Amino acid sequence: MRKPLGGLLSAPPAIVAAGVEVFSAAARAQGADVTDVEWRPPGFGNPDDLTQLALDPRRAAANRTAVERVLAAGSVLVDVRPAREVLDLPDRMLLHSGPPLTWATASGPMRGALMGACIFEGWASDPAGAERVLAAGEIALDPCHHHRTVGPMAGVTSPSMWTWCLEDPVHGGRAFCNLNEGLGKVLRMGAFNEEVQTRLAWMRDVLGPVLQRAVRSRTEPMDVKAILAQMLQMGDEGHNRNRAGSLMALRELSPSIVEVDAPAKDVAAVLRFIGGNEHFYLNLGMPTAKLAMDAAREVPGSTMVTALARNGTDFGVRTAGTGDRWFTAPADTPVGLFLGDYGPEDANPDIGDSAIMETYGVGGFSMAAAPAIVRFVGGTVPDALATTERMYQLTLAENPAMQIPVLGFRGAPTGIDVVKVARTGWLPQINTGMAGRVAGTGQVGAGLVQPPQACFEQALAALAGESRAAE
Amino acid sequence: MSSSPEGPAGVRHVSLRRGVYADSVRLMQVSRDLGGRPGISAVLVAMATPLNLELAAGMGLAPDVGARPDELLIALRAAGDAELAAALAALDAALSAREGAGEARAVPARTIGAALSDLDAGSALAVISVPGPYAVAEVADAIAAGSSVLVFSDGVPVEHEVALKRAAHEAGVLVMGPDCGTAIVSGIALGFANVVRPGAVGLVAASGTGAQQVSCLLDAAGVGVSHVLGVGGRDLSAAVGGLATLDALAALDTDEGTERVLLVSKPPAPEVAAAVDAAAAQLSVPVRSAVLSVDSPDLTAAVEALLSDLGVDVPDWPCRPGTADASAPGAVLKGLYSGGTLADEAMLIATPVLGDIRSNTPLRPELDLGTDLAATGHVVVDFGDDALTVGRAHPMIDPTLRLDAIAGLAAGGEPAVLLLDVVLGYGADPDPAATVAPALQSAGLPVVVALIGTEADPQCWSRQADALAEAGAAVFASNSAATRYALSLIGDAE
Repeated sequence: MRKPLGGLLSAPPAIVAAGVEVFSAAARAQGADVTDVEWRPPGFGNPDDLTQLALDPRRAAANRTAVERVLAAGSVLVDVRPAREVLDLPDRMLLHSGPPLTWATASGPMRGALMGACIFEGWASDPAGAERVLAAGEIALDPCHHHRTVGPMAGVTSPSMWTWCLEDPVHGGRAFCNLNEGLGKVLRMGAFNEEVQTRLAWMRDVLGPVLQRAVRSRTEPMDVKAILAQMLQMGDEGHNRNRAGSLMALRELSPSIVEVDAPAKDVAAVLRFIGGNEHFYLNLGMPTAKLAMDAAREVPGSTMVTALARNGTDFGVRTAGTGDRWFTAPADTPVGLFLGDYGPEDANPDIGDSAIMETYGVGGFSMAAAPAIVRFVGGTVPDALATTERMYQLTLAENPAMQIPVLGFRGAPTGIDVVKVARTGWLPQINTGMAGRVAGTGQVGAGLVQPPQACFEQALAALAGESRAAE
Repeated sequence: MSSSPEGPAGVRHVSLRRGVYADSVRLMQVSRDLGGRPGISAVLVAMATPLNLELAAGMGLAPDVGARPDELLIALRAAGDAELAAALAALDAALSAREGAGEARAVPARTIGAALSDLDAGSALAVISVPGPYAVAEVADAIAAGSSVLVFSDGVPVEHEVALKRAAHEAGVLVMGPDCGTAIVSGIALGFANVVRPGAVGLVAASGTGAQQVSCLLDAAGVGVSHVLGVGGRDLSAAVGGLATLDALAALDTDEGTERVLLVSKPPAPEVAAAVDAAAAQLSVPVRSAVLSVDSPDLTAAVEALLSDLGVDVPDWPCRPGTADASAPGAVLKGLYSGGTLADEAMLIATPVLGDIRSNTPLRPELDLGTDLAATGHVVVDFGDDALTVGRAHPMIDPTLRLDAIAGLAAGGEPAVLLLDVVLGYGADPDPAATVAPALQSAGLPVVVALIGTEADPQCWSRQADALAEAGAAVFASNSAATRYALSLIGDAE
């Protein structure tokens, strides 16, 4: 016969205690195995809202459904195509990172990237002209996230840019991301000068077509999720450190690239470009995470976060239970290390869709896999481990595919629960690059940042409202 | 390498080192640390990649000769030779420094859910005593993890109690509480509970002090308990409908260590009591009721009936004679209780003898004392009632209010017999007689004490009884015996 109450009556129970210490002390004195919760009042949120969600009978199952979809999602590279062909981009529209934005509220690097894209597309011949068409509202702006797309930093994606086309073979979803330009003076960091334009043109005319033919020539599509899983065992966390992943992608793609019928100097330039870019893989990792999070995009009753995204002005959060609605608040500025003699005063507020990596449980959440990253804020290896340990308390599951060796191959903490964020008062940890705040500057550093608490306050209140409405 | 004077008081240093590699993050950190030194105005320590050479050029610190990406570029500007030498020494030290690998600092769990994720939640018991408005989320965590929960917290709205107990029933776990002060689960005493011998009687208790009274009397008779499953004082109310009581009864029915069950409660909603009786009748384990009502006012009698079921002789319940053999004519009963069920029991036994008794927890609403605890006439006060514990500890821990009331009665001059409970065990005052005995002695009124506890309790029943008797109190292990003795003192006076 099954033991009643899960065996509670069969042997002295292990006690887990939250609250007054005298009770756990008395139980301990009797030889009980006692774990004390370091309980404190919720970091934020109306207690009635937290209670409403705690008692919502849909929540446990909805969160399980949502996170299981995230864990099950796969990601394979099926094509490389110009954005105009795949993204349903009307003429004279630019995509950008983060929640919705207007030219008037756009930050320096976002403006720089938008201007650079106008020049690249031939919609303006110089920066002043680009500024004019953008300020006049002649160019429509729309978030990447609204087009199944993600973009690092400014995330500006224009019709002529080539995009990775990824597919989730489990749920059938598709996701897109432009090609990574490398470091330094690059469009995504807000630079738009001649060097940037030259590189973008080469990517359009040489890199994109070569990659398309290479990817199309493969008999088996490249398994992008499998590379991410391996990276975590090689010192990358998949957001600020993509070295191993970039080299693995290069290893996977090189034979097909070499076989493309293109001038040897172009093939060599492509291989050199990929090999010289430590973040080449980031633009494959991000749509991989996007595919997984999109699989859980609409799950009524779920309090799981499906997107963390920044546009350089605002930080935006979406949840499975509230669908496509954004909860936004002014973005914070990252803390970290600076290139050359740039300093904190040069850094723009947090920018980019790349926090989709943290949404998926890698990046800052898997800091323990990449202890080097924690040095961005002068931290230590134990700090890296502690960061990941904290993130486990914010998340719904451990991803068995994404294992962290130093934690005994424990799965990455995956599926941020808005309720857990509120109750612990701990905000998600994000690893990020830093763009210069002045348009045209480019990258000034890299570091760590957290979302503003206000995004989660709004999300919590909205989820509680949705829960009441569903009663 | 080039170190060249620059301006009136400046030195420019640019060098390249071969065979040295460090992670870019490490080098950015080193650059920042050197840049923070006095007399250093610009620093770039980085691998000599094209990007970094461009940055160096932008700072006016480009190397004169061609550099390779596997070389380490050291470029800085110092106020003088001494500062430069010190900075370069610091650079060498930083590049050769070792960090301890270190262990992860333990990150303690912030929620019940996080703590249970590291355990076999099924056989764990969550014990929650956080403030009421936050308790529901912690309880829901435990249920979701598949753990039973003891909820000591009060102030949980009844509709939330119902929702949690329904969810627990679905999940096959038990919610004990809210406001559950007493439990013994597989030998572990939780909250206010006594050190009683293990045995085969399972208690299901919607009353903490009721469970303490019953388990202590069983112990005195040589009978032990398997478990004491508290269910919270509201469980047998019409609103909750006995949800946890029914689950607890079902669990004990299938527990190998439980041969008999005693259900303990203060007066329940009649229709709920009937439903619980009906359910109990379906179980294979015999269930006896120690549910207080006008018709069955006596917990001790229920214990005695159970002992007779077991074929165990009813012992002489422990007691100590008091010094008073009568009270002043016209004396009234003043019950000063810390246990709500014991106060109910005293009123149920005394009312047929004395007539109506006023109380802050009255048997009928029209007998409510309101806030006037010093009212004249027959009065029973439950100092453990929620309204009197706001902002202070329970009277089993903090005797102040009750001691004040005793002093007030002594000063008031109304002829009276004092009847009070003193509850021993885990969680209670470590030596209650030390404060109560002097107060009783100086009160100068006849005193009867119901002393709830066992010899094995940390406070030791006999030791406490002797100290209280020394102060002139008559002491009884049975609250009903204590009440009847107090009534006899009043009756003798009349």
